[in-house]
Amino acid sequence: MPDAKGPDQIFQGALTKGEILLPKCEDCEAYHFFPRVLCPHCHGAAISWKQATGKGRVHTTTVVRRKPERGGDYNVCVVELDEGVRMMSRVEGIAPGEVAIDMAVTAFVSEAEGAPAVLFKPSEG
Amino acid sequence: MTAELRGKSAIVGTGHAGFGEAHGLTAYDVMAQSALAALGDAGLNLFDVDGLFCTMMEDSMPALMAAEYLGIQPRFIDGTMSGGSSFVNYLTSATMALDAGLCDVALIVYGSNQRTASGRLVTASRPPAYEAPYNPRYPISAYAMAAARHMHEYGTTREQLADVAVAARAWAHHNPEAFERGPLTREDVLGARMVGDPLTVRDCCLVTDGGGAIVMVRADRARDFPKAPVYVLGSAAESSHRQISQMKDFTVTAARDSGARAFAAAGVTAADIQAVELYDAFTINTILFLEDLGFCAKGEGGAFVEGGRIAPGGILPVNTNGGGLSCVHPGMYGIFTVIEAARQIRGDAPGIQLKDIDLALAHGNGGVLSSQVTAILGSQNTL
Ligand SMILES: [Zn+2]
Repeated sequence: MPDAKGPDQIFQGALTKGEILLPKCEDCEAYHFFPRVLCPHCHGAAISWKQATGKGRVHTTTVVRRKPERGGDYNVCVVELDEGVRMMSRVEGIAPGEVAIDMAVTAFVSEAEGAPAVLFKPSEG
Repeated sequence: MTAELRGKSAIVGTGHAGFGEAHGLTAYDVMAQSALAALGDAGLNLFDVDGLFCTMMEDSMPALMAAEYLGIQPRFIDGTMSGGSSFVNYLTSATMALDAGLCDVALIVYGSNQRTASGRLVTASRPPAYEAPYNPRYPISAYAMAAARHMHEYGTTREQLADVAVAARAWAHHNPEAFERGPLTREDVLGARMVGDPLTVRDCCLVTDGGGAIVMVRADRARDFPKAPVYVLGSAAESSHRQISQMKDFTVTAARDSGARAFAAAGVTAADIQAVELYDAFTINTILFLEDLGFCAKGEGGAFVEGGRIAPGGILPVNTNGGGLSCVHPGMYGIFTVIEAARQIRGDAPGIQLKDIDLALAHGNGGVLSSQVTAILGSQNTL
């Protein structure tokens, strides 16, 4: 099947359409991330894809210090989504040092390093 | 390894080369000089080596490259690459290979010229695909996020992190082999350039050249060598993840498991250990490993290291050579935890030699808190 798609292609393909799909195990019903051909929790191989809620919290965070002439400081963090999976990302819209552990954040699809990527902004309210 | 292998192998030679800056030398040159130094220490030569245990930063087939460079044709090789923990891990595979008769003289060896070659980490390792787009600075961003989480959950402070670096420097001050020996205060660490919040450049290990080597034989012939043998009483590994975003609990490492099994094999506990040599790539490492190996409770590592308690004259001697923070850190530090532990037991440590050391612990860390390997070493008295 020449148009068969692997898990990475499915995830990246959704991103190019502005959607965040998360792999979910049909056996144990747990989500996982990064995408793969089996469930890392129960090792079942029946994986379906679900639209992410996009809601999560900053699990931990750091500021990568960089000289202003090379673009300045930026945030790197690990976000735990409501689905229970974690992903590395960054929170935009606030200063990198203002990103705090447990901060509620919302995902959006934008670009990182010239490719579609999941980024986060502080949740409103 | 299991208790059945307790004391079945021994370290009979250690050596190092190129500490600091090894001008004009390649990583493999430093590797080979380290091998010669360790074999000389054991009264052996390269013709005696039939087991080679080696990995390097810049190649995917380093054990083959090293054997070729050394002009040997080993009948057993192990090039398992688990990062800086690899060389502690080789204590297990070397003990198994020696015990099974797969080799008679095991050489564990490493070398790097990362300081003079480029001044930064050179690695054949690929950035993980799902992390790379966010440009984390490896490895510091990973350790910074572990430190941030530890501070959040347990109230660990930057001052306590700083005290780890201050203690390491205090040990290094007495070690003529150490690269950084000058005075270092808590204020110096806190006021240094921030590189990855909450870690400053003084919370980070050195970038140096250097290599190390260890020669091992079966215990039944270990007393036939010039130096007192140092026995491998227990060693164990546990691997938990590769990418930092996949670490289940940022405040608990797999050292909890590797340590428990190494202690069980050796038949001793943390309270019996007289010298502790930990892979301190960053100040948070020392705190995490002291907790996970059972020297203090989870969350109490910050208080445990505070105010010189792991410095010379403190309650527990930790990283008695100055560690990766102040002695040497050529890309991967793991082998030096074993070398310093062995030298403390033999009584020929280069810096402060502790009195009557029979039991020491060496702990290697690899990746981004990913691979943890613990070894318990002992003198003849512990058999
Ligand atoms: Zn499952």
